[in-house]
Amino acid sequence: MSTVATPPAAAPTPEFTELPPVDRAPLRRLRRRRVLLQVACVLVTLFMGVPLYLITLAAFSSRETLNKFPKSLWPTELSTDTLKAFLSSTGVLPAFLNSIVIGLGSLVLALLIGAPAGYAIARFLFRGREPYQLFLLLTRALPIVVLSVPLSQLFLRAGVYDTVLAVVLVHAGLSLPTTILITASVFVAVPRDVEEAAQLFGCTRFEAFRRVVVPMALPGIAAAAIFTFVLSWNEVLAAAVLTLNNRTLPAQVLVSLSDSPIAYRFAGGFALVVPALLFILLMRRYLLNMWGSTLR
Amino acid sequence: MAEVRMRNLVKTYPGGSVRATDEVTLDVADGEFMVLLGPSGCGKTTLLRMVAGLEMPDDGQVVIGSRDVTYLPPRDRNLSMVFQSYAVFPHKRVRANIAFGLRMRRVDRAKAKRKVDWAAELLQLTPYLDRYPSQLSGGQRQRVAVARAIVMDADVLLMDEPLSNLDALLRLSFRAELKRLVGEIGTTTIYVTHDQVEALSLGDRVAVMREGRIVQCDNPISVYDVPASEFVGGFLGNPPMNFLTGTLAGTNGQVQVDLGSQESLPAPARLAEFRGKPVRVGVRAEAIGVSREPRDDAARCVVEVFEPLGASVLITATLAGQVIKVQAPASFRAEPGEELWLVLSQDSLRWYDPDSGVALIAA
Amino acid sequence: MASRAGPRRQLPVPYLLLLPSVVMMTLLFGWPLLSGILQAFQGPDGGFTLANWERMIGEPRFWEAVRNTLLLTAVVIPIQFLFAMTMAMLLQAKPKFAGFYFYLWAVPLAVSDLAAGLVWLSIFNDVGYLNSVLVNLGLVEHGVQWQLYSEPSRLFFIVLVAEVWRATSLVLIIVVAGMQVIPKDYDEAAQVLGATFWQRLWYVTLPLLRPSLQVALILRTILALEAFAVAQALTGRNFPLLVGETYEWAVQLQNPAVASAVALVVLGLSMVVAIVYLRALRQPSAVESR
Repeated sequence: MSTVATPPAAAPTPEFTELPPVDRAPLRRLRRRRVLLQVACVLVTLFMGVPLYLITLAAFSSRETLNKFPKSLWPTELSTDTLKAFLSSTGVLPAFLNSIVIGLGSLVLALLIGAPAGYAIARFLFRGREPYQLFLLLTRALPIVVLSVPLSQLFLRAGVYDTVLAVVLVHAGLSLPTTILITASVFVAVPRDVEEAAQLFGCTRFEAFRRVVVPMALPGIAAAAIFTFVLSWNEVLAAAVLTLNNRTLPAQVLVSLSDSPIAYRFAGGFALVVPALLFILLMRRYLLNMWGSTLR
Repeated sequence: MAEVRMRNLVKTYPGGSVRATDEVTLDVADGEFMVLLGPSGCGKTTLLRMVAGLEMPDDGQVVIGSRDVTYLPPRDRNLSMVFQSYAVFPHKRVRANIAFGLRMRRVDRAKAKRKVDWAAELLQLTPYLDRYPSQLSGGQRQRVAVARAIVMDADVLLMDEPLSNLDALLRLSFRAELKRLVGEIGTTTIYVTHDQVEALSLGDRVAVMREGRIVQCDNPISVYDVPASEFVGGFLGNPPMNFLTGTLAGTNGQVQVDLGSQESLPAPARLAEFRGKPVRVGVRAEAIGVSREPRDDAARCVVEVFEPLGASVLITATLAGQVIKVQAPASFRAEPGEELWLVLSQDSLRWYDPDSGVALIAA
Repeated sequence: MASRAGPRRQLPVPYLLLLPSVVMMTLLFGWPLLSGILQAFQGPDGGFTLANWERMIGEPRFWEAVRNTLLLTAVVIPIQFLFAMTMAMLLQAKPKFAGFYFYLWAVPLAVSDLAAGLVWLSIFNDVGYLNSVLVNLGLVEHGVQWQLYSEPSRLFFIVLVAEVWRATSLVLIIVVAGMQVIPKDYDEAAQVLGATFWQRLWYVTLPLLRPSLQVALILRTILALEAFAVAQALTGRNFPLLVGETYEWAVQLQNPAVASAVALVVLGLSMVVAIVYLRALRQPSAVESR
């Protein structure tokens, strides 16, 4: 009730002209539009999701099922034969391990080199700050293809061609500009006062960084780490050009594409896709922050 | 121009457990300037947005003129609105900003230009018509927002705390300008604010809201002078209304309130039925007379804090163990610890129920 | 926010912090870039020559690759942007399950282009799922040969679909991030002022999104010019693309010089694209919002 216990009244007595009835037509229109909205969303989701379902289905079908035509779209005859065959194919398991090692290596290296630079951009005003950031944006737009061939020759001469180290270096380098920009925006978001308070209470600059800034920046740093890992995991061209025997998984699959049976290819596709689902699940809170931040 | 009638508007935000507006009913007369006043979270902005069509009520009705608009989209309601953040389009020049609504409604070019020039003139924006908003100050951008709204010849003008982003001096000068402007144009206006000075200055009527309900709706003087509840008395006025706790007593035809420490004040005869019960007495700081000499009709207090405020002085004192703030002329002086005698005349006193805070007597 | 690292500091701390990154990027980007440029003009004896370029231009496959790459980019970009804008606007309307939709629509972001090609391989294969559905529905007798090498338009189509599926997520994320930064007051003000949905989109939302769209366009177009593994997975060698040709020259034909030349063509196109976009989408500086 909106009136108080005693007068004055909360509102003057409404005039006794009749109020028109509530017009519900716009509400109905609104509801209809919400339904259409859901339908549209479902359609888009089908386009995005069904292919993922299908590759999973293909990877879990036996050779016979895959040779059948027309294929059934329902998961009636599942088997792990194809996947088992894929994993035991020459080079696949080592490539899988390589990808993981290289991914982790790139992640660590990119953070070790990139985070300090990000911190510098976030906390210091120095000459060359603007040109440096411009430089980072430019390197992001540089096509990897231009660098791959010369890099392979450089590594050949340095004797590190076809090593895990070489690929780690390249992948870390590729992710470096983005890592720096992400960590920079993460550190900017950590209030300076907290760091200064820690220093006032006796920490050195580095201690303040370690005890105070890092815990607060951890989620964003984790996002940068996952980004680097995904980039490394998926990278095909450089990995294929730079390696011969120590391939990453995408490079291995690429190279065997023309010779391999179709089942192998589907299993390979599935193996490459599954981590993507996991990555996006982990990263989804930071996706927008990452792009919002790197826009500046 | 049209009147606005709101009936039993209910709105709960998704995820919220408490109603933002709780069956609010309010009528705004044609051409009236209605102010919705209250602390943040009281529902005033929600109410405004339901009138605008930016929120849909869960229940209730909004009628503008003779049309039910409850569920109509904003563009079909023939309103205009000034936002707290101004929402002046940064990518358009001032002229294009002001003309935006006219352009959307496909008003004839020449007519639109005339209206834009008229509005710009009214808000002293004529030299700035070709600038971009980023080249203007905050106050100027605010004028653009107002110009953009008044150029529309809308039935109702809505304003959501338009002055709160301005600095104090600008706020003062623009408040006066706004009052003159809206008075000239005469559109029905609903104005939301948390600033009670703005509310008193601008409104034909002020609707004070709290926790989703209107607790009092009346002209500014009545709302200030005869608050319907302790909340209203405490919300309006600077300093807020003083409230003293006492017990009603008295014999025969006399009623008085005992404040403790042998201090008492006269009370109206109407309160006789409440004799023996506790009561809260409200009195405004400026309605209290101060004397250095003891008087029979005055209550004794001890000064705690003395604040010279320029145009007046504010004295915080203890009266019968309760805190009271008193306003005195600028020339008055007092020291902490001094004794003063406060004259509280009966017609300046207001009476409230201690449990509900509601006024016991109407004006 | 940041402090002035003036001369009173003993150590130039910011520069020290930046040093490793600068060294790394110079070595990994600067040095190979120069080397690549030089190599394209180097003959087997080490002298300056245009023979590599002549070799590259003389190959008919090269011109096919140029045509395919440009055509693919020119078609993929508008489709992706329209699609991504639509998806972003759908999400903006806050339907139920918006969180789930966003997650699923963003998944292709983490899918490698090779994997995307393989995913659509399972669909477009001669005995793949699409043909299965078509046959089951009785629309065709034996299924359409999507991968027929003699029908370049079909090859183009399947690569196009796979690319749209894979790379629209990136644009979606950028657009959604851009939209979230726009205060919703602007749209609400436009609503009250009488704008219809399309009017709001055209006069308010899109102009305010322009900086985000510009970034997205540049990045996405340059990436589109580098399309490679998708076509490899779906069409093998039957649909030449510029980066695919680089790979061929470098790895199969063991001719790094010509490979560098082709790579430089890609670089050149990327730079042209970037400049064109920057010019075309330039905003007058006075408009930069405070």
